Amino acid sequence: MRSAGTLWTRKHLLGMEGLSREEIGALLDTAVSLREVNRRDIKKVPTLRGKTVINLFYENSTRTRTSFELAGKRMSADVVNMSVASSSVKKGETLLDTLANLQAMNPDVVVIRHPESGVLEFLARHLDAALVNAGDGRHEHPTQALLDLLTIQDQLPLLGQSRFAGLVVAICGDVLHSRVARSNAIGLQTLGAEVRFVGPATLMPSQAAEAFGATVYHRLEEGLAGAQVVMMLRLQNERMNSSYLPSVREYAEFWGLNRARLRQAAPNAIVMHPGPINRGVEIASDVADDPERSVILEQVANGLAVRMAALYLLCGAGVRR
Amino acid sequence: MENRSVLIQGGRVLDPAHGRDETADLLVVDGVIQAVGRLEAPAHCTVVQADGLVLAPGLVDMHVHLREPGHEYKEDIASGCRAAAAGGVTAMAAMPNTQPVTDDPSVVGYILERAKSTGLVRVFPIGAITKGLKGEMLTEMGLLLRAGCVAFSDDGRPVTDSGVMRRALEYARMFGALLIQHAEDLSLVGNGCMHEGVVASRLGLPGIPSAAESVLVDRDLRLVALTGSRYHVAHLSSGDAMRAVAQARAQQLPVSCEVTPHHFSLTDEAVLGYDTDAKMSPPLRSQADRAALLEGLAQGIITVIATDHAPHDEENKRVEFCCAANGVIGLETLLPVSLELVRDGVMSLSDCIAAMSCNPARLLGIPHGTLGVGQAADMVLFDPEETWTVDARQLRSKSKNTCFHGRRVKGRVKQTWVAGRSVYRDGHD
Amino acid sequence: MSPTFHDEQLLSPAETLALIDALAARLHASPPPRSLPWEEWVVIGIRRGGARVAERLWERLCQRLGQKIPIGFLDITFYRDDLDTIGPNPVVGATDLQMEIDDRQVILVDDVLYTGRTIRAAMNALFDYGRPESVDLLVLVDRGGRQLPIQPHHVGLVIQPAEGEFIKLLDSGEKMHVVRRRLQE
Repeated sequence: MRSAGTLWTRKHLLGMEGLSREEIGALLDTAVSLREVNRRDIKKVPTLRGKTVINLFYENSTRTRTSFELAGKRMSADVVNMSVASSSVKKGETLLDTLANLQAMNPDVVVIRHPESGVLEFLARHLDAALVNAGDGRHEHPTQALLDLLTIQDQLPLLGQSRFAGLVVAICGDVLHSRVARSNAIGLQTLGAEVRFVGPATLMPSQAAEAFGATVYHRLEEGLAGAQVVMMLRLQNERMNSSYLPSVREYAEFWGLNRARLRQAAPNAIVMHPGPINRGVEIASDVADDPERSVILEQVANGLAVRMAALYLLCGAGVRR
Repeated sequence: MENRSVLIQGGRVLDPAHGRDETADLLVVDGVIQAVGRLEAPAHCTVVQADGLVLAPGLVDMHVHLREPGHEYKEDIASGCRAAAAGGVTAMAAMPNTQPVTDDPSVVGYILERAKSTGLVRVFPIGAITKGLKGEMLTEMGLLLRAGCVAFSDDGRPVTDSGVMRRALEYARMFGALLIQHAEDLSLVGNGCMHEGVVASRLGLPGIPSAAESVLVDRDLRLVALTGSRYHVAHLSSGDAMRAVAQARAQQLPVSCEVTPHHFSLTDEAVLGYDTDAKMSPPLRSQADRAALLEGLAQGIITVIATDHAPHDEENKRVEFCCAANGVIGLETLLPVSLELVRDGVMSLSDCIAAMSCNPARLLGIPHGTLGVGQAADMVLFDPEETWTVDARQLRSKSKNTCFHGRRVKGRVKQTWVAGRSVYRDGHD
Repeated sequence: MSPTFHDEQLLSPAETLALIDALAARLHASPPPRSLPWEEWVVIGIRRGGARVAERLWERLCQRLGQKIPIGFLDITFYRDDLDTIGPNPVVGATDLQMEIDDRQVILVDDVLYTGRTIRAAMNALFDYGRPESVDLLVLVDRGGRQLPIQPHHVGLVIQPAEGEFIKLLDSGEKMHVVRRRLQE
């Protein structure tokens, strides 16, 4: 009999790095089961009654925080939100102290978003609670990648695929600063998909091909050619006031996704975006809103289910530690 | 009173400065090396049996941060000297990025006084190139040399302004002084906190390209060609910079460079897991860079091994990677990690010891790093075969930020002498 | 290492089907007192074993009635009370209740009734979907050992297994059958 002991034994969800195909499968399967809960009148199950989940956000993100909060609540966990202004975070000792204080309250899971890469690995070495990475710097954002994988998985039949193997996914935009791109690239590779990174050279990680097994394109048209999944990344405003890019106008002109460019992709290609969208910058409104192509709202719905699944598996994984 | 006559019997006496490598006895009287050869113990003489051990000149580490004055909670001269003695280091050059900065003769005097009263080993201050390490106004190099400085550096930061660097070289040349550059183009460093490459990309950490170093080394070498001044690259980390130095040396320019044990023995993969004890400036680089550094050592282009011993307290290391202080300690691991070069056939034992003794001593113009008769008896006796595991908690430095914790190493210091006085004995400190 | 076990057949595939058919016949012949008309009935199987029993029972019941009544399936994974002792089950089946259950008469079907915890969880789950008029419990095998005040209305077989024995419905392919399972060290 398959059981949790063989499929999910991790204490933390720190990233897609290191997750096996089976572990990703377990998480997605659980999420699929939990989606049904979100469609009922009574959108709540008692599974995590008596468990405490703390959302600790060092960066503003109403969407992700709300998604985790709702996920916890629909599983009947007690959810506490803590937002910490980035400006007050200067020293790591403060972070460790904050977490130590939280730990004294004996939470079962702490969900953390932080502007610096690697913070969760650091905390995991010093704290007992199960940690979920809700985005650390430009490193990883595993629940976003998992919800993207679930969204793609739903679309596989329409894309003429039975599996991820051989699927062509183009991740486009500011790859350098994107934890979404990193986590997706790692997860997609684990499942056997072909990953492309498409974007300006100034926004591409060093040695991306070696680091992620991705093929790098600088021209959007080339990167999109034949792609079945087009994943657009959000362009952060602060990139504009630096030497990364000359202007929004130029970026939209060369790397913005519009209808004409989308025709380069595979005939049924789907368009994804982690949100929030910069309309008219990385993606044209008519593409983002096209129900035939855009699965952006499915991504949001799947986000909730994936986060419920993550909390469920982590809350129980402690049993077999 | 301590007996000032010591006979070290039957060891392998290795003195690269004099091309000596033989089994012999060495006699020290009143802190000075009296004779080397087959010797009888005179009356009232301490005899040390050294069979199977190597007797070498006390190591000279030309790149150390002793943190005193100003950051005594990280290290002080006394604790730094204890660590040095345990590592077989009998002389070290202290970098000027203290608080206050060693940019004034009074600070030089303070350091020398503290070293004399509390220190076990010899401390030679390095003066700042520019006042307050700000990269703007030159320090009083003449007065600093007279006060006891052996070289100049703004280490921790580069001299970025080309005009200032040119004048610093010109000015130092009049005194024959050595300028040591921390070579990094800060605009290429940006907010980088590790080597730019596959590992940084995977970890999502902003990277520092190797070019950050070579760009500045290239510039400096042009200025050396212009001024003819003595120039030394601190903690060389990249293959390109190594090759630039090689070319300059081939053109007979007065250029030298050093490498640290961590740069020649580790790569950026040590950062995996966001280990802040693998964070330093310049960063651990790629396998190709490391291979180039080994080549530089083998070819005699890199003539000095120095630790860049940079103690940091736990509060500055037990933090997010990006916020962690740069630097690792190295005095107590210098010898065994460097001996890996001999084990791996990169260089001979004699060349390896020379890179940690007579070579840096010559650059600094100090009369140490040799076992010549008539020289002060600064010596290290070590067992080249003994293996041990580095344990950060066992190290004598006040700070424990070593990147070699848990490493199995071979070669252990058994005893260290400064001017004939035993300052460390294995198991007796 | 997963423990090994020894299975001894309790009901052959044919006997298993016959037992379910008998239950359908009995249910049809003597519906519970004060029960609603057949149109208001719903058969709901508890995943996984109960679902197989429910499917067969429903087929036979519909045959006898000459009309289709609704059938649904309930996965109770998220309603279990043992997350802290057995850990999460990442192989969760989907709940499939297409019909309204408000004011209906529910026949809740499971394969083997033991402690009663599964039924407790199933009733909690059921009531998150609506408010049935009444719920009857039908089980293929009642093996005793209850830990909660739960009794079935319709039982195919009552048996008392020996210490350390478990009763399992195996449903490899079409060959649904019941075994006594004894764990071996």
